[in-house]
Amino acid sequence: MTTAKPNPIVDVWNKPFWQACAEGRLLLQRCGETGRCWYPPAPVSPYAPKASWEWVECSGRGEILSWVVFHQKYYEGFADELPYNVTMVRLEEGAQLLTNVLADKAELAVGKPIEVTFDARGDVTVPLFRLAGSAA
Amino acid sequence: MSSSPLRDAACMAGIGTTAYGSFPDNDTYGLGAEALLAALDDCGLELADIDGLIVNRIPSYERFAEMMGISPRFCLQTDSPGRYSAVSLMLATQAIATGAAEVVALVYGNNGRSNRVFYGGGEGEWAPWGMSSPGASHAMQFQAHMARFGTRSEDLGHVSVAFRKHARLNPQAVMRKPITLEDHDSSRFICEPLRLLDYCLINDGGVAWIVTTPERAKDLRKKPVYVSGYARQDVYESTPRLDCWYPELKRIEARVYENAGIGRDEIDGLMIYDNFSPTVLFALEGLGFCGQGEAGDFVKDGTLELGRGRWPTNTSGGHLSESYMQGWALIAEAVRQLRGECGERQIPDARAIQFIAATPISSSIIFRRD
Repeated sequence: MTTAKPNPIVDVWNKPFWQACAEGRLLLQRCGETGRCWYPPAPVSPYAPKASWEWVECSGRGEILSWVVFHQKYYEGFADELPYNVTMVRLEEGAQLLTNVLADKAELAVGKPIEVTFDARGDVTVPLFRLAGSAA
Repeated sequence: MSSSPLRDAACMAGIGTTAYGSFPDNDTYGLGAEALLAALDDCGLELADIDGLIVNRIPSYERFAEMMGISPRFCLQTDSPGRYSAVSLMLATQAIATGAAEVVALVYGNNGRSNRVFYGGGEGEWAPWGMSSPGASHAMQFQAHMARFGTRSEDLGHVSVAFRKHARLNPQAVMRKPITLEDHDSSRFICEPLRLLDYCLINDGGVAWIVTTPERAKDLRKKPVYVSGYARQDVYESTPRLDCWYPELKRIEARVYENAGIGRDEIDGLMIYDNFSPTVLFALEGLGFCGQGEAGDFVKDGTLELGRGRWPTNTSGGHLSESYMQGWALIAEAVRQLRGECGERQIPDARAIQFIAATPISSSIIFRRD
């Protein structure tokens, strides 16, 4: 039997994010003053903490900023995927995330466009990304 | 020109270090006690002289103070990341400058090896994507540096090899087997682009410093080493800083030399926080030893090596080869260099040494002798 991957730590601020993922939607908080989105979810906008904010559905598109490839096993749930990438992306709406891109490491490069896809893992659905226009 | 109010406000009077290695029959209290007693012996002070105490990586300051019979008027425990070695010393300096304490003992104990501390795994913001460990965060930064400036994984080998050469001159160092650039480049990836020989050690040990006023330090057993000046700049973000803390380090560069009253040209050697080899490049660029993006070339040809380069760095072997004492042993080494106690690895006539840490709490401290 395969060991499960680690679950997110759900709190009052990120609960809407994870609930939307289960519906295949990527939600982020958007700052009422600057229009910028951020991650992780938080009680206030880091760009204007006095401003209001709202949840918005994102395009799911963005670009690669950097990436690494794990060779060392830190999680039993990822043992079968070694070596696997963790990629830092910036979404069109401005938020930066760490995620996995469904691509060979040779295909990863700074500035490459990516788009969201969802990985249903039973209790939780996790947003992953693929290279824009790829079949992955 | 008015000088910084904290310039030369405190002195490193006593230094104590334990052996480094694997000591399953000891713990942080035992290692801390041994280091503290050695530091007191080094300067000729007694436990009763201590009126300030800062402990780090020792679980309870209360238990440690009780155990040593110290009743301080200034006491705290600092957080566990290595960035707190410099922070602890800055706090001690402030305490001395304001009169909150006159003799501050700073005590560090680490039994991570015997406790099988594993840096990574567990719960976390990014665990659902398999992202974990400080090394991976530095790998992410270095990848961005490579993409932007053309730096190569091979460039890091010059850092690892230089520090291993130094460790071979240090009987206290844990890792003394010679390594070559080829050894670095063929060592296995842990988190690509970083390899095994880009990672620090994990070992047990203890370090203590006794810090006091310049007046008091003059009458003690060893020649005083001054905390001439320092600067700190923090930045906190959930994702790795792909600018490698360059803006924060530049701010530190603009303040630290002025605060210390010592110019870069007067610095004889460097102690750079090397939890992972890329931080050495980040520190050199941010503090202006070379231009942004140029550190990969800068460290070639032995720039950081004793007897070869202009900037002998981590003469003890650092975290990569001497011991993972999270900055505490690097600062101990700075003091020993300035006292001329380093034997085969002595920087000739060292008069000023600069400590630099490129981390979410970036800092630099300049130490000098008379």
